[in-house]
Amino acid sequence: MSQKPLPSLSVFARLWDSAGMLLVLAVLLLVCSLGVDNFLTATNLRGLALAVSTIGMISCTMMFCLAAGDFDLSVGSVVAFAGVLGATVMNATGSVAAGAAAALGSGALIGFVNGVFVARLGINALITTLASMQIVRGLGFIASDGRAVGIRTDAFFALGNSAWFGVPAPVWLTVLCFVVFGVLLNQTIFGRNALAIGGNKEAAHLAGVPVTRIKIVIFTLQGMVAAFAGLVLAARMTSGQPNTSQGLELEVISACVLGGVSLSGGVARLGSVVAGVLIMGVVQNAMNLLNIPPFYQYVARGCILLAAVMLDRFKQRA
Amino acid sequence: MPDSAPALRFDGLTMEFPGVRALDGISFGVRTGSVHALMGENGAGKSTLLKILSGAYQPTAGCVRLGGQPKVFGSTAEAIAAGVAVIYQELHLVPEMTVAENLLLGRYPRRGALLDRAALRTEAVRLLQLVGEDISPDTRVGRLPLAQRQMVEIAKALGRGAQIVAFDEPTSSLSEKETRRLFEIIRDLRARGHAILYVSHRMDEIFELCDAATVLRDGRHVVTHDALAGVTRDALVKSMVGRELTNVFNYRSRPHAPDGLTVRELAGPGLRAPVTFTVARGEILGFFGLVGAGRTELMRLLCGAVPPTGGEVRVHGAVVAGGSPRTAIRAGLVFCPEDRKKEGIIPVRSVAENINLSARRSRLHAGFFLQNDWERTNAAEQIARLGVRTASPSTPIRLLSGGNQQKAILARWLSESVRVVVLDEPTRGIDIGAKSEIYALIHDLAAAGTSVVIVSSELPEVLGIADRVIVMREGMVAAEFDRASATPETVLHAALPVTVASA
Repeated sequence: MSQKPLPSLSVFARLWDSAGMLLVLAVLLLVCSLGVDNFLTATNLRGLALAVSTIGMISCTMMFCLAAGDFDLSVGSVVAFAGVLGATVMNATGSVAAGAAAALGSGALIGFVNGVFVARLGINALITTLASMQIVRGLGFIASDGRAVGIRTDAFFALGNSAWFGVPAPVWLTVLCFVVFGVLLNQTIFGRNALAIGGNKEAAHLAGVPVTRIKIVIFTLQGMVAAFAGLVLAARMTSGQPNTSQGLELEVISACVLGGVSLSGGVARLGSVVAGVLIMGVVQNAMNLLNIPPFYQYVARGCILLAAVMLDRFKQRA
Repeated sequence: MPDSAPALRFDGLTMEFPGVRALDGISFGVRTGSVHALMGENGAGKSTLLKILSGAYQPTAGCVRLGGQPKVFGSTAEAIAAGVAVIYQELHLVPEMTVAENLLLGRYPRRGALLDRAALRTEAVRLLQLVGEDISPDTRVGRLPLAQRQMVEIAKALGRGAQIVAFDEPTSSLSEKETRRLFEIIRDLRARGHAILYVSHRMDEIFELCDAATVLRDGRHVVTHDALAGVTRDALVKSMVGRELTNVFNYRSRPHAPDGLTVRELAGPGLRAPVTFTVARGEILGFFGLVGAGRTELMRLLCGAVPPTGGEVRVHGAVVAGGSPRTAIRAGLVFCPEDRKKEGIIPVRSVAENINLSARRSRLHAGFFLQNDWERTNAAEQIARLGVRTASPSTPIRLLSGGNQQKAILARWLSESVRVVVLDEPTRGIDIGAKSEIYALIHDLAAAGTSVVIVSSELPEVLGIADRVIVMREGMVAAEFDRASATPETVLHAALPVTVASA
């Protein structure tokens, strides 16, 4: 039999697929370096990195969530709640470890409950996490009586304010998250199974992938990492603030989508997500430096997200 | 057969995708009042041709001529307006809406600004009468069986004034009786002067229904028979595959050993009585039955996709815990589901990923980290062993043809040490070339001591490949035949519901 021509993606699509967002980031960095005063200074770049650290950490687990075909709206509330709870427990016990354990434990528990509702009981992830977003936000206000909880344990501030080689601790921790979850996504059976579930849940189940268990683990990790980010944020602010990080969940999801993670699941690349996070951060930072009023920044961020999604469509057609 | 001018002509139709020429200068005509078969292996270009006809794709060169006028449809709406309807395997109806609402979707009768419900219903009833189907216009489409949905789709096309109706594998999910009904309607359309393009793999249907036939191969036009009478089946098959096919099933007897698969009193949803059977090591057991006979339900219980309500499954003597595909796979009992796209492949993931998905669990560092060497070599070996045609192991599996997707699913299981393989309609929608390769593979598996269970709606397939045949009817085992006593007549008779058989 004669050989049929084989279907393949075009060269452009392949290139775009593997390095597109990194390319956009590089161009953006170049333009900002040349065109925006004070962009390419150590102080500014430090500030930029610090500004994206919360989104960066949480985008690691959000990437898994999206890759497996779900998403999680409760992360912003978990950040706030973990900060408040950690601060309260630290003040009560005087122990950093106890406060951190309480915050991380509660974050994991919230994630676990989300996971059980979504994976075991089959409730829609949007509804489940919309509910837990509000419940957890409420719990944060209740625990703090609506006020910031000042932290009296100085040792804890090291988590937010120390630096190695001139790079602040939260940035190192974000890099650590990227490395850990990058390995988890690309080099472990857990990552591959998560992608398989997002690509086709039924087929993954029939191929012996423990769908329910993996989804619950992903949500639990998501809750725990959000709580960790909340602790780091509290250490930077030296207090747990119940109304912080509102709308953070949407910024995190935006960064992931910008990083090419498919909302329908099955596709995720860590390098692109890092690029997505940085693109959001660079744009925000440049707009601040250019003194663009914050109201316009919302519009700009929305436009960038739409542009990214359109590029993605274009790629699929190419 | 009326000798009339072509209502539809493809004129030098060429379609290029990046790196692939899917169609290469296709020219042929379809006359009014005739049923014209379009044949070819998967990947021959039939789907692309239909997509151009429906306006979903725009050709790189050439055009479609309707009544002599050259047309290039810029969108599906333009094709519909020009009187062309393509009825795909996946029907384009809104399940939540009623039959009447679907039939007139996009052109609802109005009274002022409001929907004219009475007129909607009257028009719907008129359209349903065209296909002679007894369906209430007020039923929600989602509640109709597939065959009736197809009728609704046909009525919808007629309502939009379609003169040219193309069918893409319309009988692949229909029972024998439903197929008969569809044929009546197609003949009726022909008598009323519609031009019909009929895409199918099923040779019997084509000889029964069609007046003319065109064969495509690798995107090229091979032959058009203006009159099918006098053309032999072998000649058609030969022009499709470009080579002679001698005995596609290639059956040979093999030694059997006891204690392969033992199923005792298995019960669960979809079965009206508990089912008991055994398959020896090295044996191929066929399951035949009409659509709805409970075969797929039985297989899903067997493989843990659906928890059984009773009974026992043993593989090589050891009991398999029910209700989980995972425990079944670990016991060496694997399942290739009927609906490949929905339940088999992970479309966005690569061919290699799809192959390694299950077997990698026993090839990990520290039980968690992937062994990249194994991942690479296993995928490459399986692709070579099964002859999966793919540009590379990293190509997304959705870009492969149906036959190659099926081979990749088989490769997934052959990466495991399997003891029992359950195949539900393994060759549905697959071209003849790939079919014979899959049959050869099934034989090799059995010869290596694997127990094989194969479910098929195609009688020649079951009779051709199985050592033994179990016939199911209405959720129960109706009869069992060994290879010698299984003839088309006896098996089919056992499969037919009693009322129909005696009628």
